[in-house]
Amino acid sequence: MTNAGEGQQRILAAGAYAEGEIEARQQGESGDEPPGAPEPRQQAPKQEKQRGLWGDAWLELRRKPLFIIGSVIILLLVAISIFPGFFAPGDPNAQNLTLARQGPSADAPFGYDSIGRDIYTRVIHGARASIVVGVLATMLTVAIGSLVGLFAGYFGGKTDSFLARFAEIFLGLPFVLGAIVILSVFNAGIQGAPGTIRIMLQVILTIGVLAWPISMRIMRSAAIAAKQQDYVNAAKALGASHTRIIFKHVLPNCLAPVMVYATIALGQFVGLEATLSYLGLGLQYPVVSWGMMISDSQQFIISTPHMLLFPAGFLVITVLAFVMIGDAVRDALDPKQR
Amino acid sequence: MGRYILRRLLQLIPVFIGTTFIIYSLVWAIPGNPFAGMCGPRGCPPAFIEQMTQEYNLDKPLPVQYVLYLGQLFSGNFGQTFNGIEVSTLIQNAYPVTLKLATIALVFEAVIGIAAGILTALRGKGFVDNLVLAATLFLIAVPVFVSGFIIQVVFGVQLEWIQPSVGSDPTIGQLIAPGLVLGSLSMAYIARLTRTAMFENKRADYIRTATAKGLKPRRVVSVHMLRNSLIPVITFIGTDFGALMGGAIVTEGVFNIHGIGGLVFDAIKTQEGVTVTGVVTLLVVVYLLMNLLVDILYAALDPRIRYD
Amino acid sequence: MRKRRMVAPVAASLSAALLAAGCGGGGGSAVTEATGTLEDPITVQWAEPQSELVPTNSNDTNGSQVLNPMFTGLVEYDPKSFEPKNAMAESIELSDDKKTYTVKLKQGWKFHNGEEVTADNFVRAWNYGAYAGNAQQNADMFKAIQGFDAVHPADPDGESGPKKPPEPSAEKMSGLKVVDDHTFTITLKKPFSVFTTKLGYQAFSPMPETFFEKKEEFVKNPVGNGPYKFESRTPQQSLTLTRYKDYKGEDAGSVDAVKLVVYNKAQTAYQDLKSDNLDVINVIPTSALADNRWKDELGDRAISKPRMGITVLNLPMYKEKFKNPDLRKALSLAIDRDKIVKQVFNGEATAATGWIAPDFPGGPDKGSCGEWCNYDKAKAKEYLQKAGGFDGQLTLSYNADGAHKQWITAVAGSIRDTLGIKVGLNAVPTFGTYQDQMDNDEMTGPFRYGWVADYPTPRTFLKPLYTSSGSANNTGYSSEKFDNLIAKADKAATVDKANQLYNEAASQLGKDVPSIPLFTNAVKGATSNRLAEGTLNSRTVPAISTFKVAQAGE
Repeated sequence: MTNAGEGQQRILAAGAYAEGEIEARQQGESGDEPPGAPEPRQQAPKQEKQRGLWGDAWLELRRKPLFIIGSVIILLLVAISIFPGFFAPGDPNAQNLTLARQGPSADAPFGYDSIGRDIYTRVIHGARASIVVGVLATMLTVAIGSLVGLFAGYFGGKTDSFLARFAEIFLGLPFVLGAIVILSVFNAGIQGAPGTIRIMLQVILTIGVLAWPISMRIMRSAAIAAKQQDYVNAAKALGASHTRIIFKHVLPNCLAPVMVYATIALGQFVGLEATLSYLGLGLQYPVVSWGMMISDSQQFIISTPHMLLFPAGFLVITVLAFVMIGDAVRDALDPKQR
Repeated sequence: MGRYILRRLLQLIPVFIGTTFIIYSLVWAIPGNPFAGMCGPRGCPPAFIEQMTQEYNLDKPLPVQYVLYLGQLFSGNFGQTFNGIEVSTLIQNAYPVTLKLATIALVFEAVIGIAAGILTALRGKGFVDNLVLAATLFLIAVPVFVSGFIIQVVFGVQLEWIQPSVGSDPTIGQLIAPGLVLGSLSMAYIARLTRTAMFENKRADYIRTATAKGLKPRRVVSVHMLRNSLIPVITFIGTDFGALMGGAIVTEGVFNIHGIGGLVFDAIKTQEGVTVTGVVTLLVVVYLLMNLLVDILYAALDPRIRYD
Repeated sequence: MRKRRMVAPVAASLSAALLAAGCGGGGGSAVTEATGTLEDPITVQWAEPQSELVPTNSNDTNGSQVLNPMFTGLVEYDPKSFEPKNAMAESIELSDDKKTYTVKLKQGWKFHNGEEVTADNFVRAWNYGAYAGNAQQNADMFKAIQGFDAVHPADPDGESGPKKPPEPSAEKMSGLKVVDDHTFTITLKKPFSVFTTKLGYQAFSPMPETFFEKKEEFVKNPVGNGPYKFESRTPQQSLTLTRYKDYKGEDAGSVDAVKLVVYNKAQTAYQDLKSDNLDVINVIPTSALADNRWKDELGDRAISKPRMGITVLNLPMYKEKFKNPDLRKALSLAIDRDKIVKQVFNGEATAATGWIAPDFPGGPDKGSCGEWCNYDKAKAKEYLQKAGGFDGQLTLSYNADGAHKQWITAVAGSIRDTLGIKVGLNAVPTFGTYQDQMDNDEMTGPFRYGWVADYPTPRTFLKPLYTSSGSANNTGYSSEKFDNLIAKADKAATVDKANQLYNEAASQLGKDVPSIPLFTNAVKGATSNRLAEGTLNSRTVPAISTFKVAQAGE
C-alpha cells in the first residue's frame, strides 16, 4: 500500500505541475487562462527537479493532435473575442424586421433571428462576453471551492465542521434568490443601467460566490482521501509544515476531479449568465452573448431552429476545446501511457 | 462513528437557525416593496400596502421580524402566503412530487453516468470513448428547455408513449421522462468524473498487485478500482440531490410538475419571504442529511478514512 | 387527468409503470357522458392568483377567472362585446340632479349558501371595500361615491411621502342608503356621466352575510351569487367550480363542472390543448405564434379578438430631457409600429393610432395620436434635431417577469437605427420593483406600460393616466387643458355625449405626446375538440358561462 500511494502521488503531482506550466504558457500566448491554474504555480522551487518530466510532456503534447486541435480552437476563439470586427464587420444589433426569422442564405450564412438581426455577426460579437464570463467565473468558482475544500478536508474536525456546514447553507440557497439580492445590492444607487464591464464583473463574482460549494465538496472529498495516505504521514513525520503538505502533497493529488468539474461548469456558466440576463440581472441589450442568444431562441425552436443551432454550436466547440486540452495534458503526463 | 453521526446531527441546529436567518433577510433585502406590484398597473392604495406591511411584520427591524418568524415556526406554523394560503399546505403538496422526481433523476444519472464512465475507462481510447464524449458534450450544450421539449413532443405528442404533461399527484411512471431530462446534465458530468477517477486508479500499484495476485479482472474492477474511484462521484451525487430538488424550474415548467423548484422561483419573484424561507430551509436539511450520508460512505468506500 | 387516474394504481415496478405510462399517454379523451361533470370536468388553463379570493381585494386575471363566474353584480359586461347590461339590477334610475341613482334589484336571487341577495349585501360589501381599515386593493373604485373621503382619507403627501394618512372618521359611506330589501340609492360626490358602466367591475359584487361574520372561513370556501360555485381547491395546482343550479341570471352556464389547472408554462398548456388533455387556454406561446402556426394547427378552435387595452412607452417627464415635446415626438416617429406588429406579433396586434384602444365600445380611438404615430424617418430626425439631439444612451425599461423582451428589443432597435442614437435596455427583475420605481419617479428613460380597461368608456384610458391627479399618472404629465376637458366630459348629460368629449380630450394628448402609444395585443386563446363553444372575454378571462360541451362521438 505504501508504494501504491507513493507512486500514485508522484505521477499526479508531476501532472499537476506540468499542467500548471502549460497553462501558464498558454496564458502568455492567448491572454486567456484555463481554470485550475493558480495553485500549481506555487510550486516554482520544485521546477528544477521536474523539468525533465515536464519537458518530455511538452514534447509529447506537441505531437498530440488532440492538444493541437484544442489549442488552435481556443486561440481562434480568443482572436474572435478580441477582434470581432475583423471576423464580422457588421453591426450585431442592426435589425431589419422584414428579414425576421429567415434561414441561412448567401447573404447571411447563419440566417436572421426573430427580429431580423444577422446571427453570424451576433455569434461572433457574442463570443467575448460569453468566453470572459464563462472562463473567469469557472476559475473563480474553482479557486474558492478548492481552497475551502482543501482546508476543510485536510484539517477535518472543527474546521471541517464549520466550513462544510457553511458550504451547505450556500448549497441550499436558491441561485436565483442569491443572484437577485447580490446583483440588486450592487446595482443599487446606479441610475439606469450600469456599464458593461461592471456588469460582467458582477456576474462573474455572483456566480463565483454562489457556485463554489460544489467544487468545495469535491475537493474536500479528495482531500479527505488523500490525507490518510502514507506519504502525507511520512511528510508529517519529516516535520513538514501544514502549508507545505497541503500544497505540495495533498492538492496535486486532488486536482483531477475538480478539473473535470471545471470543464463542464464552463458550459453551464455561459448558460447561467443568460439566466441572469433573462431575469433582468445580467448583461442587457445592446451587449450580445451566446447565452442570451440561446435563451432568446427558446420561443422559436420550431419555427427558427437556426437561432439556437449556431450559438449552441459555438458553445459546444468551446467546451470541446477545453475538454480536449485537459485530456491531452493528463495523458501526456502519464509515463505509463508512453 | 456513532458519536460522529450524533455530532453531525447536533450541528443541524445552528445550521438551521443560520439558514433561516440568511434566507429570511435575503428575501426581504430584495429591493422594492413586495406589495407594490400586487394591484397591477393601477398601483395599490396606500392603506393596502400599509396593512400588508404590518401583517407581515415588515415595519419592524429585521432581527425582531426574524424572531417573530422563528417563534411562529416553532409553534408549527409556517405562515401564510400573500393570497392567504398556508405555506405548510404548499409544502405538503410539493415535497412528495419533488422527492420522487429528484430520486428518479438521481437514479438515472448515477446508473447511466457511472456505467458510461466505467465502460470508457476500461475500453480506453477508441470508438466508445469518443461516442461517450460526444454524447456528453451534446448534453452539456443542449439546454434543458430544448431536450425537455423534444422529449415531450416526440414521446408525448407524436409517439404517445408518455403524457405530455404530468399535473397533480403524478405516478412514478409519469415522472420517468421528466426525471431523465432533469438528470441529463449531471449524467454527463458523472460519466466524465467516473472515467477520470478510474483512469487514475487503473495505474495505481494496488491494482497491479491485485491483478498479479491472480484475482479475476471483474473482481479487480468492482472491488478495488471502482470502490476507490467512487469517492468524488458519490460526493457529487450527494450535492446534486438537493440541486435537483430545488433547481428543476425548467423541467417542472415543461412537464407541468407542481414541485418546489417552481414554487420557490415564483415566491422569490413575488418576494413572499415566508414561502421561500419555509421551503428552502427544508431543502437545506435535505442537503445536510445527504452530505452526512456521503461522508459516512467515504469511510465505507475507503477503509483508510476514519472519523473519530 | 382523465388518463391519470387510469395510470395511478399500476406503479408497482419500474417496468410496469413504464407500460402503464405507455398505454395511458397522449391522445386525450373523447367526449363521453361524463364529460363536463365532476368526474371528468372541463379543464381551463390557470395560474395561482396573487391575492385572496375576495372581489374587492383581487386584481389580477387569475383571480378574475374564479371570481367572474362566482359573482354577479348589478351590471355585467357581455363577454363577447364588452357592452354593459343589467344583471342583478332590475333598474338603475338617475335623479334629476344627476347625482343620485336608485337601484332596484331583481327578486328571488340567492347566494350559493341559500341566503337571499338583498340591497344590504351590496351596501355592506361596498362599504367594506372602501373602508381604509380593511385595506382592500380595489378601494379606489368607490371614490366617486359621497362619503368616500371619510372612510378612506387621502394620504396628505402622496404615496411615497413619510406622513401617514389620517384615521378614517366613518365606517360607512354616506352616499349609500338602503331603502328596502331590494332597493338602495347611491349618491355621488358630483355628477359622473358614465358611473353605471363602471358597475360591472367585480369590486361592485354583493357579499353574503357569512363573509362579514367569518372571513377566515370565507377565504377558504368562498360563497358568491354567480352562475358557478366554489367546489374545491388545491393550492398551486387546481381549483374546481361547479354549476349553481338555482342561478336566476341570463348567463347561466351549461357545463356542470369546470376545473382550473395551474400551468407554469404556456408552451406546455398549448401541447396539452392540442392533445385534448386541456380544454381552454388563454395564452398562446410565442413559439406557436411564429408564422401563425397556431391558427394552422387549431383551425376554427383558435380564438382571436380585440383586447380592451393598450401598451405605451411612458416618458418620465420629471426628467429634464423628456420635458421637450420635440424629443418625445421624435421618439414616437422613430418606431415602426406596423412592421413590429407584422413581424413580432405576426399580425395578432393592432398598431396604435391613439391613446384609446381600437374597437373600444362607446368610442374607439379616432386617431388621437395623428401623425406622431406614423413611422417617418426623415421627420423623426428633423424633430430630434429640433430638440437639440440626444446625448448619452437612451435606456428603455421593462419588467423582466413579463413577456416583453422581444418586442421592446425591436422597439429599441427601431429607435436606434432610425435616429442613430445609443439605445440600451434595462430589465427590472420583478413587477413589484418596477411599480415601485414608477411610483417613486425613478425611471431614467422611456418605460413600457400596459393598461387594460376596467369599464367600457374611453375615460378608463385617460383619467387615471394623464390627469394631473390621476391615480396611475406615472409620467408627471400635467395639462390644465386636458384636465378641464375630462372634467367637462364627466359632467356630460348622457353617456354618448360624454364619450364624445373623452375623445376630444384624447386629441389634446396628441398635441403634447406625454407617452408613446405602441400597439394593442389581441386576446388569444383556444378551445379543445371537447368543447363546441367557448370564448374569452376582452380581459383574456375565459368566460365559463359560454362553454358548451361537444356532442358525444364527435
